[in-house]
Amino acid sequence: MTAGGSMWLDREAGPVVRPYALTRGRTQAQGPALGLIDMVVVASPQVADARGLGPEHRRLLDLCQRPAAIADIASETDLPLGVVRVLLGDLRERGLISISSPAGRGGPAENVLRSVLDGLRAL
Amino acid sequence: MAFGRYDRVTAPAAAPVTTKLLIAGGFGAGKTTLVGAISEVRPLRTEEDLSEIGIGIDDTTAVEQKRTTTVAMDFGRITFPSGVVLYLFGTPGQERFWFMWDELAFGALGAVVLADTRRLADCFSSIDYFERRQTPFVVAANHFQDSPLYDPESIRDALDLEEDVPVLVCDARRRESVKEVLIASVTHSLTRHQLARR
Repeated sequence: MTAGGSMWLDREAGPVVRPYALTRGRTQAQGPALGLIDMVVVASPQVADARGLGPEHRRLLDLCQRPAAIADIASETDLPLGVVRVLLGDLRERGLISISSPAGRGGPAENVLRSVLDGLRAL
Repeated sequence: MAFGRYDRVTAPAAAPVTTKLLIAGGFGAGKTTLVGAISEVRPLRTEEDLSEIGIGIDDTTAVEQKRTTTVAMDFGRITFPSGVVLYLFGTPGQERFWFMWDELAFGALGAVVLADTRRLADCFSSIDYFERRQTPFVVAANHFQDSPLYDPESIRDALDLEEDVPVLVCDARRRESVKEVLIASVTHSLTRHQLARR
């Protein structure tokens, strides 16, 4: 046995606590589907009842003090996307955050495309 | 009090408009290099439920029956002064991650299929996918130093692409080259948009 108890674990092994333990086994978020680039922000006016929230929920709530995309939140917390969705679904159910989706299946509106094009050209 | 900071009335800043572009192509075609040439690259972990691939499976709540797989992806973000934010998502190359694609493609403004001319066949499946879905895409052949330089028309022939699909040769390491690819992609999407409206 080598020193320390870490010989079985490396970065590839992932977290010791399986990610879905944070969601108490739930793999689906409550409510409507959450897209990768949906924007999340704390609800306003903030009538927060943060009681009973775990540290991960609170961390997410902190990250949405300013509007943030779900992909950014997942990257920032290093939590798997599926876990972030479930936790954000909880916060939404409690009215603590609001989530807005960009364009649907048809893709973005023409003015958004133009804005991206102008932005790229100016880079 | 402990949770004071959640209690105050906060006026949230105006949410930026987000949109996304997919970067597809075979394993090793240079997707991460391309994203990194034009934006900061950030890691994204997804732990997805493989059983969702099945059709008509009802909502099983027993997590121990689910098989999950972890997919590590990279993504980039470019924030424009207009407040629009463009996300670049590299699609996972391996076929076992196909279940991710529908979500990635949903609402995307378009896609770039990055081709390695030494292994053109690697991008066939991406092209098929975007053709079927009618997602506007461009093909960018990433020119590797040890690969012969093909002209775009011979690449178009080799890939049997429609006339209106833009084909470019690029260097995924160079910012200016990547910028051209992205501009071609957005321009193509805009053209498709306008044609559809007529």
